[in-house]
Amino acid sequence: MWSYAFRRVLMTIPTLLLVITVCYLMLHATPGGPFDTERKISAAVLANLQAKYHLDLPLWQQYLYYLKSLLQGDLGASFRYADWSVNDLVANALPVSLAIGGGSLLLSVFIGVGLGIIAALRQNSIIDYLVMLVGNLGSAFPSFIIGPVLIMVFAIWLKVSPAGGWNDFQISYMLLPMALLTFINVSTIGRVMRGSLIEVLNSNFIRTAKAKGLPMHTIVFRHSLKPALMPVVSVLGPLAISSITSAVVTESVFSLPGLGKLIINGASNRDYTLVLGLVVLVTVVAVVLNLLVDLAYALLDPKIRY
Amino acid sequence: MLRSKQKAAAEAIAANVGAVAVDGRSPWRDARERFFRNKAAVLSLVILTLITLACVFGPMLLPHSYEDTDWDAMSMAPTLLNSHYFGTDELGRDLLVRCLIGGRISLMVGLMATIASVTIGIVWGATAGFLGGKVDTLMMRIVDMMYAVPYLLIAILMVTLLGREFYLVVLTITVFSWMDMARVVRGQTLSIKSKEYIEAARAIGVSTGSIIFRHVVPNLLGIVVIYTTVTVPGVILTESVLSFLGLGVQEPMTSWGVLIEDGTGVMETTPWILLFPAAMLSITLYCANYIGDGMRDALDPKDR
Repeated sequence: MWSYAFRRVLMTIPTLLLVITVCYLMLHATPGGPFDTERKISAAVLANLQAKYHLDLPLWQQYLYYLKSLLQGDLGASFRYADWSVNDLVANALPVSLAIGGGSLLLSVFIGVGLGIIAALRQNSIIDYLVMLVGNLGSAFPSFIIGPVLIMVFAIWLKVSPAGGWNDFQISYMLLPMALLTFINVSTIGRVMRGSLIEVLNSNFIRTAKAKGLPMHTIVFRHSLKPALMPVVSVLGPLAISSITSAVVTESVFSLPGLGKLIINGASNRDYTLVLGLVVLVTVVAVVLNLLVDLAYALLDPKIRY
Repeated sequence: MLRSKQKAAAEAIAANVGAVAVDGRSPWRDARERFFRNKAAVLSLVILTLITLACVFGPMLLPHSYEDTDWDAMSMAPTLLNSHYFGTDELGRDLLVRCLIGGRISLMVGLMATIASVTIGIVWGATAGFLGGKVDTLMMRIVDMMYAVPYLLIAILMVTLLGREFYLVVLTITVFSWMDMARVVRGQTLSIKSKEYIEAARAIGVSTGSIIFRHVVPNLLGIVVIYTTVTVPGVILTESVLSFLGLGVQEPMTSWGVLIEDGTGVMETTPWILLFPAAMLSITLYCANYIGDGMRDALDPKDR
C-alpha cells in the first residue's frame, strides 16, 4: 500500500511538469511581450523592466525562474490588470468557485447515491424511471442549455430567484447554479450507483444473506453498500475534472465572479499570464483530486493489494 | 447412367451449397439487421440525416443570407408570413438560416475532429498494444496524463494563444478527444495479438508495421465503429461549449454554441432566439447518443 501510494504520488510530478512546460512554451511562442504598449518606453527603462522580470535571460533560465516562483506559490502578475497579481485575482474568485463547486459535489454525492439505491431496489418504479430520465437528460442537454432554461423558468416566469450575479454568499444567488451543477453530477452518480447496486444484489453472497433470512435493510446497508460504492468512488476523479468544465460554463451562464469567469475574461482580454496561471492552478487541483480518489480507492477496495 | 446420377447429385450439392451461400450471414449483416430492429436508433438516424441534409442544402434553398440584416424585421417572432420561419435575431438576421449555417460548422467540426481523433486513437492504441513492454507503459502513461488534465482550460489557453480559426478549433478539440479510442483499441489489440493468425504472420516474416495495419487494425473495426459513434456527440458538445464561451468561430460566421450564447442574452424578451438553436443541438446530441447505443447493441459480441 505505502509503496503504491509513493509511486502514485511520484507519477503526478511528470504530469504537472508536462502541463506547465507545454503551456509555458505555448505562451512564450505567441508574439508580443508584456511591455509592448502604445506608449513608447525609452530603451533604458525597457531594459530595466526586462531585467527586473528576468526577460533578458535565455528561455530555459526564464522557465526555471517561473518554476521557482510557482513552487513558492506565486502565479505571476496579470497582463491586463496593472495593479493585480494573479494570486490576488484568484484569492477573490476561489471562494466563490469552492462554495458552488464543492457544495454541489457534496450534495450530488448524497442525492445521487440515495436516488441510485432507491432506483436499484425498486427497478421499473417511478423513481427508477426518474433516475434514468435525469441520466439521459444530463447527457443530451448540456449545462449551457439547462442553465438558461432554469433562469427562464425560475427567475423570469416564476420570479422566485435572481437571474444571476453574486451577492456575498447570499443563499438565493447560489441556489440556481448549485442546482444546475448538482443536476449534472447526480445524472452520472445516480446511474453508476444504480447499475453497480443491481449487480451486487445479484451476486452470490447476497443470495446467501437472503437465504439466511436477513432483513432487507441489513442486506442493503451492511452487505451491499460498500462494494456497490466502489464504482462511484472511481468515477469521482473524472467527475471532479468534468465538474471544473461545467463550473466554467455555469459561472458564465449565471455571471458568478468565480475562477471560471476569471479565465473566460482572461481569454477574451488575451490576458496570457492570467490564463496560464489559472490553468496551472486548476491542473494542480485536478491532479491532486485524482490522486486522492485513486488512493481512497486503493484503501477502500479489499480486492486491490499492491 | 451411373455417371449422370453422380452428375445430378453433384449438381444438387452445388445447388445446395449455392443456397447456403445465399443464406450465409456475415457478422456485419447480422449487426446491420440488429441495428435496424432498434426503432429508437433508426429514428435517430433518420432525424440526424434530415438535420444534416437541411444544414448542407437548406441555406441554398432559403431566400435569406446568414449575415444580411432584414431592416423590416428585427427581433421578429417566428412567422410564416415573410419566410422567417424561425424569426429573426436582434440584428434582423434570419434565424433559420443562421441555425442551419451554425449546424454546418458544428457538424463539420464534429466530423473532422472525430476523424482526426479516431485516427490518432487507433494508431496510438494499436501501436502501444502491439509493441507492449516499455513502449506500451510509456504511451499509456501519456494517455493517463491527458485524462488527469482539465481539458477545457487547456483548450481555452490554446484557443487564446493560437487563435480562433476553424481548423485551430478542430485541432484543439482533437488533442483532447483521442484517449478513449486509444485505450479501447489497445485493450482489443492485446487480445488479438495472442491469436494464432498473428503468430502465423510473424512466422512467415511479415513486418511489424504490416501486421499492425493489415492484420490487427481490420479486426478492431467493430469496436472502432462503436467508439466512433460515441466520440461524435462528445466532440460536437466540446465545440459548442467553446463557442458558447465565446472562443469558437468568429462572427459573422456562427455555430450552435454561438447562437445559444446570443440567445441567452435576450431570452427574457425574445426566447425563440435561444430555443431554436438549443433544440437543434439537443436533438442532434440525443440522436447521436441513441445511434451510439444502437451501434453498441448491434456490434457488441457479448450480447449475442
